[in-house]
Amino acid sequence: MGVIEFKNVNKVFGPRATGFRALEDINLEIRDKEFMAIVGPSGCGKTTCLRMVAGFETATDGVVSVDGTPIKRPGPDRAVVFQQFALFPWKSVYDNIDLGLRNLNVSRADREARIDAILDLMNLKQYAKHFPHQLSGGMQQRVAIARAYVLDPDVLLMDEPFGALDAQTRVVMQEELVRLARKNPRSVLFITHAVEEAVYLADRVAIMTRAPGRIKEVLDIASIRNAENWDSYEKIEDVMDLESFVHLRTHIWRSLREEKAAQHA
Amino acid sequence: MNREISLLQSIGLGFLGLACFLGFWQGLAMSGLVSNIFLPSPIEVYDRFTTLLERRFAGATLPGHLAASFQRFAYGFLLAAAIGIPLGLLMGWYQLLDEIVSPLFDALRFVAPIAWVPFAALWFGTGIGGPIMIIFAGAFPPCVINAYRGAKFVDPRLIEAANMLGTPSHRVIREILLPSSVPSIISGLRVSAGLGWQSLVGAELIVASAGVGFMMVQGQANVSTTTVMAGMVAIGLVGLALDSALRLAERIIQRRRGLDN
Repeated sequence: MGVIEFKNVNKVFGPRATGFRALEDINLEIRDKEFMAIVGPSGCGKTTCLRMVAGFETATDGVVSVDGTPIKRPGPDRAVVFQQFALFPWKSVYDNIDLGLRNLNVSRADREARIDAILDLMNLKQYAKHFPHQLSGGMQQRVAIARAYVLDPDVLLMDEPFGALDAQTRVVMQEELVRLARKNPRSVLFITHAVEEAVYLADRVAIMTRAPGRIKEVLDIASIRNAENWDSYEKIEDVMDLESFVHLRTHIWRSLREEKAAQHA
Repeated sequence: MNREISLLQSIGLGFLGLACFLGFWQGLAMSGLVSNIFLPSPIEVYDRFTTLLERRFAGATLPGHLAASFQRFAYGFLLAAAIGIPLGLLMGWYQLLDEIVSPLFDALRFVAPIAWVPFAALWFGTGIGGPIMIIFAGAFPPCVINAYRGAKFVDPRLIEAANMLGTPSHRVIREILLPSSVPSIISGLRVSAGLGWQSLVGAELIVASAGVGFMMVQGQANVSTTTVMAGMVAIGLVGLALDSALRLAERIIQRRRGLDN
């Protein structure tokens, strides 16, 4: 299972009365094996939402829970993929992926089998002995995704994972993530400010307001995707040309633009 | 002044500085302004140095004294590293330990190693323990401080990554803090080796057998200023070699980790 729930969550950085109000009255449920993307203007607190599920931050008010259990600390049941990869530079690709499994006391033979499988899946087989600095940004992020996926976590947290990649690499990674997520679904919380990315990847998209961040709107993408059969297209650009896709994208764009306008007013 | 200076030029400039210094010294000694016993000339020191390489003085040749000194130094230095590095890393990870140890440590590290000589003599007599303790007192603080700094300045994102992977503390310390702190630890070891080697003469005030410091003390007793100076030269040269070796190790490690530019 992997139901993530935000219940009446507020987050203030600094003193409660005078500090920075990052999040206000967040209520959101991510269902089991659902891919939820949160989009919002920068500084709206979307990353803070993810960091609370990860256990890196605590809510000032309210409860963030997974399967009904309030989150206290980070753990391998909630694997994180960071924007800046955060691979261990002195560990090989193999050892980076291995660490989490060792922490779970998985037997050596099991670890080898699972790492082999994930390396295969992520097209990393020939890079097992490489060190992160020998790989391109896209490759490094593949390793970071493999490091998270290999733990077979209930919940996968992705904080703008493709934000640091160039446009072409980004597209390839998005296609691969769709492949991975459909084949091996997890409850995913995916943070991004790229609207197309959110629409292409997610089952539902939550739109946030500028700070203090609130959930403005939650859109159901999955029903439209299934009705229009997006997954039958292999390439992202084919999906992006579909009228249903354009319609959703434009809707989210408008919603976000209102936020931008409000910010400048 | 951003002109690139090649290795060869840099060595050449180093020799130029040395030559100027030796020339000035020789000139001063030959001018007759200073009595020979107060300031022997570099040539006399060189003669004495080469003589000491083969002839015994105070029980051993210069290489013999150096070997004895180096052994003491190695024990003191390795002991300082073996205790100091883990302590520094632990202090960097456990806030409580940091709060307990830091004030004591910060006060103690200002006590010069030589100040421990009376106690070293009292506690260890003329055995090997005394000099090791004094060298240890010199070499210990930089080991602790640099390991501590390395642990404190580890990229917080890597700590978060380790935490989300469920990494237990002992493994974070060994597999994240330690490797991340290697550059800081190595530069700490360089400072540490320097201070430890510097403490040698003080440490050997209380030995009665062999060692460069011991040889220099005997030279002083015999009013042989050239012997004292030859000892100084030997200490300087070994110190330089030690530092170069650690610097090389630093570079090799950086390169292996792909962190050099």
